[in-house]
Amino acid sequence: MNSFKVIFDRDTWQEIFGSIAKNKTRTVITVIGVLWGIFIYIALSGAAKGLDNGFERQFENIAMNSMFIWAQRTSIPYEGFKIGRSIELKLSDIEYLKQRVPEIQYIAPRNARGVFGGTSPLVSRNNKSSNFNVYGDFPVYTKIATKKIYDGGRFINEEDNKYSRKVCVIGERTQTELFEKDENPIGQYIKIDNIYFQVIGIHKFVPGGGFETDGDIFIPFETFRKLYNTGETVQWFTVAAYDNADAVDVENKLKATLKRIHRVSPDDERAFGGFNLGEVFTKIYGFSKGMTLLSLIVGIATIIAGVIGIGNILLISVKERTKELGVRRALGATPSEVRNQIILESVFLTLIAGIIGIILGALVLAGINAGTQNLTDFPYTNPTVPISFVLGALAIMIFLGTLIGLIPAQRAVSIKPIDALREE
Amino acid sequence: MISIKDLHKSYSIGNSSLHVLKGINFEVEKGELVAIMGSSGSGKSTLLNILGMLDVADEGDYILDQVPIKNLNETKAAKYRNQFLGFVFQSFNLINYKTALENVSLPLYYQGIKRKERQEIAMDYLDKVGLKEWSTHLPSELSGGQKQRVAIARALASKPKVLLADEPTGALDSTTSYEVMDLIQKINEEGNTILVVTHEEDIAQMCKRIVRLKDGVIIEDKKINQVLATSHV
Repeated sequence: MNSFKVIFDRDTWQEIFGSIAKNKTRTVITVIGVLWGIFIYIALSGAAKGLDNGFERQFENIAMNSMFIWAQRTSIPYEGFKIGRSIELKLSDIEYLKQRVPEIQYIAPRNARGVFGGTSPLVSRNNKSSNFNVYGDFPVYTKIATKKIYDGGRFINEEDNKYSRKVCVIGERTQTELFEKDENPIGQYIKIDNIYFQVIGIHKFVPGGGFETDGDIFIPFETFRKLYNTGETVQWFTVAAYDNADAVDVENKLKATLKRIHRVSPDDERAFGGFNLGEVFTKIYGFSKGMTLLSLIVGIATIIAGVIGIGNILLISVKERTKELGVRRALGATPSEVRNQIILESVFLTLIAGIIGIILGALVLAGINAGTQNLTDFPYTNPTVPISFVLGALAIMIFLGTLIGLIPAQRAVSIKPIDALREE
Repeated sequence: MISIKDLHKSYSIGNSSLHVLKGINFEVEKGELVAIMGSSGSGKSTLLNILGMLDVADEGDYILDQVPIKNLNETKAAKYRNQFLGFVFQSFNLINYKTALENVSLPLYYQGIKRKERQEIAMDYLDKVGLKEWSTHLPSELSGGQKQRVAIARALASKPKVLLADEPTGALDSTTSYEVMDLIQKINEEGNTILVVTHEEDIAQMCKRIVRLKDGVIIEDKKINQVLATSHV
């Protein structure tokens, strides 16, 4: 009989159902073995993917290969300067840095009030007032850290900076604290340290990564400079390197260049501070990649264990059914018919177990998803298993089911009908 | 129908070899009802296994309905068993999770007959052995005599050329044995060739011919006047 015909033959399935249904306990226990394997596989790889997605969500608003650089005090006397000299970054550093470090994709000088020491400026409107952090920024900043602006608004642009316009982008909390609910803040005026600023946009705060909050106010860098008399000083640079650049290498180059500009000893480790997001990302991604790999290995190993369990049970079942198989052979079953039946039983059990396991795994993932939906601090989003993983697991199971089924099937065929019938 | 010439068979047990059949010659015509008798160890079961293609002879010829049975691989032997032979065992050997009807239709399944047709044929044979009403019952719900009748129906269902019965009444009480023998005689009257292995004299007397085996050779082969099983009931 040709094997395709066997698979689509109703009688074949009737034979298989008959023998599977014969020993329900055995079948259920076997099925649980594989079911558990595929369940672990789906739940683990889904969870790993959720973690992956979670990290991605946490950092979706900031360029992966970015870093902050700020100036501190020298720790080594150099070129006649004494130890402990404070250094200030300058706007003029930018051109030099760009020349010396070609890996720089974007560089944004930033100033802020209320973030690193100092008090937040008082921001008021009519009779309401509160303190918020105020940042002086160039439009290029949004190339590094995306700012989602609500409908009808915009971020600071080149013109704003060129003309030192008194415009500001406010946060969601700023809006709720200074404006009425049904009021549209766009075009309205607020006072920052007693100077009137026109609101041009409201940014949507995305949690995670960095020190920014939902109450931050962004004003043009040039306006900030005039307002607080900061001159050429820059508090810190936010730098995005090209994707293919090594973040740590870029950070070292930036620091080395800055040391040369500001006449700091090349060995001075403390003169410039830096926080390298790229490095952190690399670690986090390595971690979540490791998790995915681990879950893949554990899952597949568990599936294999389950399938071996099926093979074991079928081997016992073949032993139990020696006589039945002998009778079938005496009645005219060819060895290949007996073999096919045992293999199909194995594959069928594996598949049923696999499908139930996938469904259960998916339900658990849906449960975890529902449970972590509102936890914004917890890096866990949308735990899914790619369909290719699921199909791959099914394919592996069919393959292994066939392979493991071969052992009891071969045993079943190797028993001569005469010996099978003699066995009492 | 069956022609056996100079059949030898020995089994090796450890280093020594046990010569079980030492040159068996016999012929069976179509429509005969032959009893093969002998004490245990006489070789009667070995002979039946060879006739049933469950075992292979070491030497000698076996021709079944003009087909020489030689050099069979398992697949071919299975095909021949399915087409030529019907088996009735001492311990019935019904498949315990299948109903009477499913048991009877099993050889037809291996012949590749369509499901509906298969069930019709199987039902006819169950009717013939008087168990039509029991078709949906599992073997565990049948008495010993009923089980053996289902087994006979199963053996007949594939329309075999020869019916081989290995101690068909061995596990039954005498009343039930006679009922089963009555059935076997009726089937024989319809023209079926039947070989019965037995060690019970009264059962052998219900056949038309007795072949006695002792120590691997035929010591007696005679035609007898058949005792009708119905006369015992």
